[in-house]
Amino acid sequence: MSEFKINQRDGEGISVIDLKGYLDAHTATDLETAFQKLLNDKKYNIIVNCRDLSYISSAGLGVFMAYIEDVRKNNGDIKLSNMSPKVYNVFDLLGFPILYEIYKDEQEAIVKFKAKAKS
Amino acid sequence: MTIMPKKISKTIQSRTDRLLEVREFVLDAARQFGFSEEEASKIVLAVDEACTNVIKHAYQNAPDKTIQIEISRDKEAFQVSVIDEGKSFNPTTLKNPDLKQHLSHFRRGGLGVYLMRTLMDKVEYNFVPGRKNEVRLIKFLTPSESGSRN
Repeated sequence: MSEFKINQRDGEGISVIDLKGYLDAHTATDLETAFQKLLNDKKYNIIVNCRDLSYISSAGLGVFMAYIEDVRKNNGDIKLSNMSPKVYNVFDLLGFPILYEIYKDEQEAIVKFKAKAKS
Repeated sequence: MTIMPKKISKTIQSRTDRLLEVREFVLDAARQFGFSEEEASKIVLAVDEACTNVIKHAYQNAPDKTIQIEISRDKEAFQVSVIDEGKSFNPTTLKNPDLKQHLSHFRRGGLGVYLMRTLMDKVEYNFVPGRKNEVRLIKFLTPSESGSRN
């Protein structure tokens, strides 16, 4: 059963990860693999587009926490975008907006990365 | 409208690939009870967190154990019990984490228990050491929701 899917789009020094479906303790390992690959490929400017993400539990949130430190050490960031109110609510309950940049739209996150590259 | 029986239950194997099935079971019952989509989603997430804790901690990822999910209703209270026979762990001794500090140290564990407490109206634990652990997740219908049931 394909309850969770990840798609990666690379361009202009930014990698966009599209998440689709249900991110729980079962599927969190797929996201870990994707982040590990990004680090191995030295791709540190990451946007996670949650437009088609229907569900997230703390196991899924834990993956973002596991990789953010390594990504930021390498002068990159994991920015999140396009969350449904239901998914945003879970991020919010766990205090993510304090430490992660969450944008309404992927384009806003791209602009932030580009502005940083210019500075 | 289908009237939900007073008590329904489901037994699953202790594997994360069964979580989807648990969520569907709970969502269905919560909707039938009269909860809004938003409240039903909270219950579903809390039960997912409880089952995930059982799989990871009580059974330490052993895939051949069982978890029982029992849903009961009483007037305005909707209760989901998650029952296992694994290692006991008493989360009532856990303090709520300082989220900012917790996140800034990138600690992954402990958030499930915090979420359960936040999402539900009441969380109770019942342990019979070596025999059974039970987490009871309780939510009450708000007056507006119970009004819509009549």
